Amino acid sequence: MSHAAMSSELFNKTIVELAELLAAKTITSVELTQAVIDRTQSVEERVKAFNSFDAAAALAQAAASDARRAAGQSLGALDGIPIGIKDVIAVTGQPLTASSKMLANFVSPYDATVTQKLKKAGAIIWGRLNLDEFAMGSSTENSAFHTTRNPYNLDCVPGGSSGGSAAALAAGEAIATLGSDTGGSIRQPAALCNVVGLKPTYGLVSRFGLIAFASSLDQIGPFNRTVEDAAITLQAIAGYDENDSTSVKVEIPDYRAALKTKKGPWRIGISKEYFGEGLDPEVAAAVEKAVSFYEKMGCVIKNVSLPHTEYGVGVYYIIATAECSSNLSRYDGIRYGHRSADAKDIVDLYYKSRAEGFGPEVKRRIILGTYVLSSGYYDAYYLRAQKVRTLIRQDFLNAYNEVDAIITPTTPTPAFKRGAKADPLAMYLCDVYTIGVNLAGLPGISVPCGFSSSGLPIGMQLIGQPFKEADLLAIANAYDSAHDWAKRTPNL
Amino acid sequence: MKYEAVIGLEVHVQIKTQSKMFTRVGAGYGQPANTLTDPVVLALPGVLPVMNKAALDAIIKAGLLLGCDIAPVCKWDRKNYFYPDSPKNYQISQYDQPICLNGAVEIELPGSARNIQGEHKSIALTRIHLEEDVGKLNHEAFDSLVDYNRAGTPLMEIVSEPVIKSAEEAYACLTSLRATIIYGGISDCDMEKGQLRCDANISIRPVGETKLGTKVELKNLNSISFVRDGIAHEIKRQIAVVESGGTIVQETRDYDGMTGTSQSLRSKEMAHDYRYFPDPDLMPVKVDVAWKARIQAECPELPFAKQTRFQSDYGLPYTLTSVLVWDKALADYFEEAAKLAGPGKAQAVGNWIVNDLQRELGAAKLDLGDSKVRPAHIAELVNLIAAGTLLSNAAKEVFIDMAATGETPSAIVAKKGLAVAPTDTAELEGWCRDAIAANAKSVAEFKAGKESAINGLKGPIMKASKGKANPKLVDETLRRLLSIS
Repeated sequence: MSHAAMSSELFNKTIVELAELLAAKTITSVELTQAVIDRTQSVEERVKAFNSFDAAAALAQAAASDARRAAGQSLGALDGIPIGIKDVIAVTGQPLTASSKMLANFVSPYDATVTQKLKKAGAIIWGRLNLDEFAMGSSTENSAFHTTRNPYNLDCVPGGSSGGSAAALAAGEAIATLGSDTGGSIRQPAALCNVVGLKPTYGLVSRFGLIAFASSLDQIGPFNRTVEDAAITLQAIAGYDENDSTSVKVEIPDYRAALKTKKGPWRIGISKEYFGEGLDPEVAAAVEKAVSFYEKMGCVIKNVSLPHTEYGVGVYYIIATAECSSNLSRYDGIRYGHRSADAKDIVDLYYKSRAEGFGPEVKRRIILGTYVLSSGYYDAYYLRAQKVRTLIRQDFLNAYNEVDAIITPTTPTPAFKRGAKADPLAMYLCDVYTIGVNLAGLPGISVPCGFSSSGLPIGMQLIGQPFKEADLLAIANAYDSAHDWAKRTPNL
Repeated sequence: MKYEAVIGLEVHVQIKTQSKMFTRVGAGYGQPANTLTDPVVLALPGVLPVMNKAALDAIIKAGLLLGCDIAPVCKWDRKNYFYPDSPKNYQISQYDQPICLNGAVEIELPGSARNIQGEHKSIALTRIHLEEDVGKLNHEAFDSLVDYNRAGTPLMEIVSEPVIKSAEEAYACLTSLRATIIYGGISDCDMEKGQLRCDANISIRPVGETKLGTKVELKNLNSISFVRDGIAHEIKRQIAVVESGGTIVQETRDYDGMTGTSQSLRSKEMAHDYRYFPDPDLMPVKVDVAWKARIQAECPELPFAKQTRFQSDYGLPYTLTSVLVWDKALADYFEEAAKLAGPGKAQAVGNWIVNDLQRELGAAKLDLGDSKVRPAHIAELVNLIAAGTLLSNAAKEVFIDMAATGETPSAIVAKKGLAVAPTDTAELEGWCRDAIAANAKSVAEFKAGKESAINGLKGPIMKASKGKANPKLVDETLRRLLSIS
């Protein structure tokens, strides 16, 4: 093992470290970007985190960043930092595939709002990261192109759906990445790949330019090596966007400054509903150790009740599939995307293009969602699910009368072997601890908190109050800055 | 057996806005195919809709003009169905909470004669909701091309209760509705450009029956007279089917206005399940009292109210008002001219507008706004006639010149020397004496008591004066001279 040696490599450093090196002109962005490109070219064959990358475009951006800095016009901590983008977020002139055959040849003519914001912050828009097709899955095994590997054990999955985003960062193929989280798609792979993953409050980050899976649940968020890096990245992408009617006009505080000003002690909640059957004992032990840490630093640990937790997965698979069945209707082979070569009329064109273009999990969810919205079933499924969703949110809001944040395991188990969860239901249960956060629209962050006996990463989840990311990040940072799990880089 | 028809209308009206319903790209007609598009219109991956507030303003105005209840919240739903003209394969619409509920269209049925006001009736509305228009398919020999210029244009759907009893009522309803919408500046309602489209649900039942019969939806009624003709045709068709022992099938039929026939498009079995659900990309928008009050302040007077006012304030006869009030521009033109002309001249002003101006516009195929004849011209013309300065025949000539040149009536009168002779009677008396001297036979007849013989003298006087002699003065002068000679 050569962890210490690898940590000294540029591609394994944090944004904070690299920003200092860049500012001191010890390194250039071109050198950093080249180091990331070289690293990617050396490990990507094993990790398979990317769908595509454009080294020339990245180096051109890096040169522009260096020119800015030379002219004394640096745009801040992210200026010159290569950030990988999940392949559901639009970047002008780059492929936008959602890891689906349906969009295999689609190139985006426009930028997502987050892409625009990262460009304005000077970040280098780096490669297109693999995912479960249309962000539907928890292992990236549903990618139509290839399965991404867990850098800590190449036989294991990196989690999903943002598996490429988590694996690329863990493997040193990017300095930070963006993912999207509908039911745990940032936090779960972050936990499985030993990185920090933040799902912001619904409405904090614009969804414009994010390929929709379930509109009322989707949220873009960052993957980082430390909570402090997460604060910096969130700062760049958060904020109201007039192109997204569901984005919210709220004051955006200085998240990084809040890490220092907000010192606790906090009231931290534990819910028995998150420590029940199916939880791996090693995961439970690691999270309990983190709880002890908070207790030792003077936090009050309180039991809170989230009684509707058990309905989360059921409610999620009604609401998410209903929305996806409608959101994915636009992929019809008419204007863009896969079009069947041998359709004989318009109905046949729809059937064949969609049958050929979508993979089995996407089809399963479209069919389920179409069913729950059908005339005669709407009230029993969709409407009732929305009501239970309100109860789940109310559970959390009640708990926040007593605590500042809630701590849970991010996932029931560490990373599992590829092909181990062939049963869709078993796969759906990977998100049992993360789904409630999306249903309630809350911010949630996964922070590395240990390793299993077999050397696989373990993550804990902290769930915060709506739009109080500053507090959530401060609480997470208290633990993260006192531990160095993330420094334990994979041996690739 | 006698049958009665029960008819409900579904009217789609494009709202005249700068941009589309859910994105910034311009809305319009007649542009090259697929130029009024952007990533949102084309439903590219990742795009989101943002509501056009001007469209919501416009439909609230329509609702207020039609006496609807305005919902406190504007809520959006998705209507899911696959068709190539619908880029997302769902349409953003309003399902269970339309922005406007209830309300009515006031109509006037044909009177017993053209100059007699007909009976007024109120056609109840069910709802008006806002949605987005779809694109257009152009079918070629071997394939179909889609033009998305129209896709995403703000569209309101106005649904009437099934309370219309005849094709004439439907015609009157649509006419009144269209005028109301044009008055509100909400749409130009040009049916040729698809800005107003009408479908009708039609059923028949024996007179006295209270249960509704099986309805047939009639589509493609793409002019107002096709609406009347299509409905009349469908009522006849249904009666013929029932009378020959058949039953009406619930279906959608396509009316061809050119041939006056209809054919079945699809039956009820093929009806869609639209899987409506609230659009998660759009937040409901609150419409508060202040918002409604702001729109209310922009609401204009409607045709029927204007008609009543024109009758009482200007003393106009029904025939004039029934022409003037249906065109807001024409009504405004009239009011401006009537005000400029001054008291007691309104009917003369109205007559010039309805008869001469309208004819002039028709002949020259001009819009009112493009005519060189302005309200001030009409007012001046009417006043010249009233002052006795200009005679009717000469005035017609002045009008034609005015329409061609845009010069003022007095300028034309001066240019052409059309003013009546001065009231100084010396010249006039001279013409009269000449006429009496030259027409002994007429003079004798008049003196013998034949009153009309005096006209035999007037002709030569008008000729001698080149038409400028004031007829009233001529008459008076002749009688005076004849009585003393």
